Amino acid sequence: MADLQAEIVVLGAGPGGYPAAFEAADKGKKVILVNDDVAPGGVCLNRGCIPSKALLHVAKLLNETQESAEWGITFAKPEINLDKLRDFKNGVVTGLTGGIRALCKARKVELVEARGSFLDSQTMSLAFKDGSTKTLAFETAIVATGSVPAMPGIFNIGDDRVMDSTGALELKDIPSRLLVIGGGYIGLEMGSVYAALGSEVTVVEMTDGLLPGADRDLVKPLQKMLEKHLHAIFLSTKVNKLTATAEGIVADLEGANAPAQATFDRVLVSVGRRPNAGNIGLEKTKVVVNERGFIEVNRRQQTADPNIYAIGDVAGEPMLAHKATREAKVAVDVILNEPAEFDAIAIPAVVFTDPELAWCGLTEAEAERDGRDVTVVRFPWAASGRAQTLSRTEGLTKLIFDTKTERILGMGIVGPGAGEMIAEGVLAVETAAVARDIAESIHAHPTLSETVMESAEGMFGQATHYFRPKKN
Amino acid sequence: MAIEFKLPEVSEGVETADVAEIHVSEGDVITKNQIVAEVETEKALAEIECPYAGTVLKVHVKAGDSVPIGAVLLTIEEGAGAPAAKAPAKEDKPESKPAASASTPAPAAEPKPAAKAPAPAVTAAAPSTGGKDRPPAPAGPATRRLARDLGVDLYQVNGSGPGGRISQEDVQAYVKARLTAPSGGSGGGSLTPPPLPDFTEFGPTHREALNKVGKTAAQHLTTSWNVIPHVTQQDLADITDIELARKQFLMGTGKNGPKVTMTAIAVKAVVTALKTFPKFNASLDPLTDEIVYKDYYNIGIAVDTPIGLVVPVVRNADKKSLLQIALEVTELAVKARDRKLSVAEMKGSTFTITNLGGIGGTGFTPIVSYPEVAILGMSRGQQQLKLIDGELEERLILPLSLSYDHRVINGADAARFIVKLSALLSDPFTLLSEC
Repeated sequence: MADLQAEIVVLGAGPGGYPAAFEAADKGKKVILVNDDVAPGGVCLNRGCIPSKALLHVAKLLNETQESAEWGITFAKPEINLDKLRDFKNGVVTGLTGGIRALCKARKVELVEARGSFLDSQTMSLAFKDGSTKTLAFETAIVATGSVPAMPGIFNIGDDRVMDSTGALELKDIPSRLLVIGGGYIGLEMGSVYAALGSEVTVVEMTDGLLPGADRDLVKPLQKMLEKHLHAIFLSTKVNKLTATAEGIVADLEGANAPAQATFDRVLVSVGRRPNAGNIGLEKTKVVVNERGFIEVNRRQQTADPNIYAIGDVAGEPMLAHKATREAKVAVDVILNEPAEFDAIAIPAVVFTDPELAWCGLTEAEAERDGRDVTVVRFPWAASGRAQTLSRTEGLTKLIFDTKTERILGMGIVGPGAGEMIAEGVLAVETAAVARDIAESIHAHPTLSETVMESAEGMFGQATHYFRPKKN
Repeated sequence: MAIEFKLPEVSEGVETADVAEIHVSEGDVITKNQIVAEVETEKALAEIECPYAGTVLKVHVKAGDSVPIGAVLLTIEEGAGAPAAKAPAKEDKPESKPAASASTPAPAAEPKPAAKAPAPAVTAAAPSTGGKDRPPAPAGPATRRLARDLGVDLYQVNGSGPGGRISQEDVQAYVKARLTAPSGGSGGGSLTPPPLPDFTEFGPTHREALNKVGKTAAQHLTTSWNVIPHVTQQDLADITDIELARKQFLMGTGKNGPKVTMTAIAVKAVVTALKTFPKFNASLDPLTDEIVYKDYYNIGIAVDTPIGLVVPVVRNADKKSLLQIALEVTELAVKARDRKLSVAEMKGSTFTITNLGGIGGTGFTPIVSYPEVAILGMSRGQQQLKLIDGELEERLILPLSLSYDHRVINGADAARFIVKLSALLSDPFTLLSEC
């Protein structure tokens, strides 16, 4: 007989795990949530989305104190109290993780702080921090063990000046020179933070563009802005070697415009994330882990083991918190025999740089690759009154329509607040809205959201505030 | 290693089968290709061979179960008699008897496709929204969930919203329409029978479930009756001469050959009439308002069997001699009664003959088998007095009942067809000269 029993055990308390536990508990199941992290909330709350956004908020404020000079307002050079800033960030995290603990209690979800590892398809062993172990018998397990930052061997030189995103968020100091390896969203977000705090930031990206995978129309205004704030951006450039010296970390670079060698006070390695499917005893179950390290699941989040489900980063791309949360609900519904399926058409992606990027559904590049007959409408924010008042006219709203049915297939936005605005696009894509649905829904004036309405008007010819010269 | 033996595809297009009999029980040792079960599909009874040898660990179904193709029938521990292909490499176990090797080893390297393996209830729900190959159907998450719940394939639903958007009401309307439409039928009315009264109020009753054959027949006949406007044309064929010729042949030359029955002769005569009146060998396509003429002559023969009515088909009857047809009709009838007909042997007929002459009756109104457009019913031939050239003569008269689809065939054509058929059956020489 096992020490503990649960109808459902959830392994991992991140944005996949804790919603799964809550949903199951709300539906009357006896749930144990097993977590071996410092606090519930996973990477997202402790070392990811939340702390980085707290810092990005501060970065934005710092940048605005510069921008305001053009409007006749100048500030003295900001004084940065790093300890206080760190406390603010940590306070946000502690507040939220404490909230999760409270919600566990309220829902009678037993939060077990231990490392869980499968013994077979019905039992798990729990290793506690004090060295003791227990066994846990379950009917169904949901694996939500997430992912960790990838640290390729060549960068792993055993010097704490070389950091991953976790290290960068710890905010130990403000390095004079920071090298960011990888021009993806994590690198650009953290690079922006450090640049705003005063670091000289160099971004090196292996491919020929920042944010590989994102729409180039959206990347362009961001890149322009970053070129202003960052020290250097080297595209199509590789970092071949990092060497620790007393002077700093010396990076060997290989790329057309990059110097062969440069020295940095700190290096942020942000080249991607790796799923956590190892060391949790999956080999003792029927779960299949693919060659990329993800647990194989179907659209019902079922693994090859009938007792085990998987959700979130460990269950496949895209590795996004909100995807994990949706998958959590699907998994629980399926366990409860509800007709659920992960059938999301639009998973929004947001890059919280300044300007923000956000997109969902079909991208123009995907439409082109699939040979779909689409109409793309772009609405530049220069034509938006609200954008003018913010003095942020570099933005762009872009809608992708099915030409025949005028159905909205995708949306992309670059500009301040894009991350909030994308919700309308997700709703439109998921509910199969057509251009007229959006064009004829009144959007408040003056707001940036009007750009969405006006983009949709573009499907029928002209938008009120943007005139396209007619071709013939 | 324990393996699961699943119900193989019994016949093309068959999705479920009723388990008629299970020949093995748990603990039995079976050999490769042993017949382990009999299942009943729409019309045929099929024997199920198991390709594995070993010990039956578990029987997952029982007689009477209705199971889908692919359902697990047996769990078998592959034993000593296992087929060479999968024989375990371990030879060092001395003389282990088949059952002894049934200790359950850990599923070491069982190759299981991940996404496919755990599919307890997935099968029923067709992919209702996009998959790899299809763009997502134009419906919101709540509508998609409803569709999954009801098992509706959203690609079959016409969206009433702009851009073809499918609402929850559209899904409900689709389901309602499907429930009231005659199964598989088109263009028919939506007649749902009112609920039954409580018969026990009037006296004791007992119930018996329709078997698969009965269910299929009931469905098919409902469709036929609802879709086809029926008319039945009667005639009497004087078969005195042909019956005499038949009997003489059977006692003489044809003594050792196949039994030439009146049904076999009717097949020959019908094919000749069909050639003269091609509309009787056709179908109506209600979607295009076209008549589909068939350039082949496959004659279905209704056979009464202990499990119900089945209709095997004599294929290309126009290319076969009377003796070939006679032989085939006999063989098919035997197969039908032994429940050995395959589904394929019951498909593709263009015209059906149903002969109740062996039982009795003076006439009836057979139901045309959709999508055919005509059926010939034969009743019992009877000796009757007939005036021939002012003389009363005793003749053998066969009542014919020709039901037809009035959408395709008008009454005059039906009269012409049956007159032609009567003439062919009345005069051996005419039949001979035209067949």
